[in-house]
Amino acid sequence: MSETAPSMKKFSFFFLAIVFITLALSIAAFFQAYDAYMLGEIENVYFFVLIGVSGLALSTYMVFQTRRRALKLAFRPPRIATTILCQKCGFKNIRDFERGDFIFKETEECPKCKEKTKITSIFREVKEKKKRWG
Amino acid sequence: MIPEVSQLFPQDNILGWIIQIVWLAFFVVFMFYGQRIQMYVMLREVQSSLFRLKLIRDKGRKTAIATIKELGKPKEDPTPKVDQFLEYIAIAPQNMDPSGIVWKLEHILDVRDTRFKDEVKLMAPEADKTQVNNLENTLEAALALNIIYKVIRHFYLLGKKTLSLYIIMQIQMILPLIMKEAEAFASALKAFSSGQPIGDGAGALVAAKLMQGHKKRKIAKDVVVATVPLEGRTAYVLKAEGPGGNVGKPGEAMKNIIEENGGKIVTLIVIDAAQKLEGEKTGEVAEGVGVAIGGPGVEQYKVEETVLKYKIPVNAVIIKEDIGDAVSPMRKEIFGAADTAIERIKRLILERTKKGDSLIIAGIGNTIGIGQ
Repeated sequence: MSETAPSMKKFSFFFLAIVFITLALSIAAFFQAYDAYMLGEIENVYFFVLIGVSGLALSTYMVFQTRRRALKLAFRPPRIATTILCQKCGFKNIRDFERGDFIFKETEECPKCKEKTKITSIFREVKEKKKRWG
Repeated sequence: MIPEVSQLFPQDNILGWIIQIVWLAFFVVFMFYGQRIQMYVMLREVQSSLFRLKLIRDKGRKTAIATIKELGKPKEDPTPKVDQFLEYIAIAPQNMDPSGIVWKLEHILDVRDTRFKDEVKLMAPEADKTQVNNLENTLEAALALNIIYKVIRHFYLLGKKTLSLYIIMQIQMILPLIMKEAEAFASALKAFSSGQPIGDGAGALVAAKLMQGHKKRKIAKDVVVATVPLEGRTAYVLKAEGPGGNVGKPGEAMKNIIEENGGKIVTLIVIDAAQKLEGEKTGEVAEGVGVAIGGPGVEQYKVEETVLKYKIPVNAVIIKEDIGDAVSPMRKEIFGAADTAIERIKRLILERTKKGDSLIIAGIGNTIGIGQ
């Protein structure tokens, strides 16, 4: 198989540069706000605090967005349950799926009546979120 | 006191100047390079999806190799053979003269199936029949993932090379659907490699439940049938032979049963899993008419030809699910829907047939993890 696909960097240089510039500008804005406060220029204090808070919020949001995207790459296999039922006494056993299990397979002896048991179901359960239009 | 808007960018300090310049540069850049920036954003989005596709594809390849080693116990490393398998192609027949194309397509599919099974037997000499079928399905899922990855990579690289917004835009727009399909195949890999029943097997599960405790015989390639007395009628219940991953030739089987009975079949009931629309519930059961057999259409065509010849009505019972559910381990809702489908079938029989009539009940789908 030929391999010429792009390799994915965790963070791009361009992205990191934007985050750092925004962060530096917001820190500078907070310093300016402090200076303006010391000089008694209250209008400028509001302005610089506004710029600082906005810049800080924007850079934090950008960092969190990247983190969320990285988490989405993880893949978790679902849990599969096998139900074994004794046809004679109705004894039921639910366990994790094992290789070789199949629906209607005769399996181990029933611990209660020593009869052969059968696999009656194999499925996975999915917890679905409530949907508005569902 | 809160400053006015005009005062928001004071020019009497250095930071004010910087913000003024940034603001102006922002407008100029977006005016001249807006489309190009949009293109790079799209390319980046395609690139991150391509990265995820590569991860899924590699995982699929590794799963296939590990399963072959575990079940087949080969003497030599199967990796080169698996890599060769992942590049397999099947060329569809020429359709300039469509007459007889169904049989040509069937022949190609038969050759492909035989070739795949032979390759798997060579790769995994110790695997039994069920395991060979499961391994074949695993490799087919890995093959599908490889094709998806390569097609997306092709358009990504082509878009990057030509910097054509339209090439990049096309692929970026359909990307969510492609990713959904790839993720479905990724969960299918686990199901196929360990022999777990999948959502597509809903029809086969219904047939298996109906034929429990009755004698089965082979009626066509990889298809079994049982004669089941149901509500005073004789039902020929058929499904693909399990528990290995198999769809069989249900069309051929139905044709054979109809001809065995000299066309004296009152009705056909075909049960299959069908694609649900967004907003519909998974495991919902619906009824209709027509031959509910998916795939390339060869088996559906065979049944349609035969029922037309003998004027036999065809009823369909479908169990709704999305593409992801169809190829991943069977969901509880789909498993439960099998009992609802059986109730519907019984009601259909009472409404559409008389006592003593013969009918066919065909459970369509991949029977992996479902015995009979």
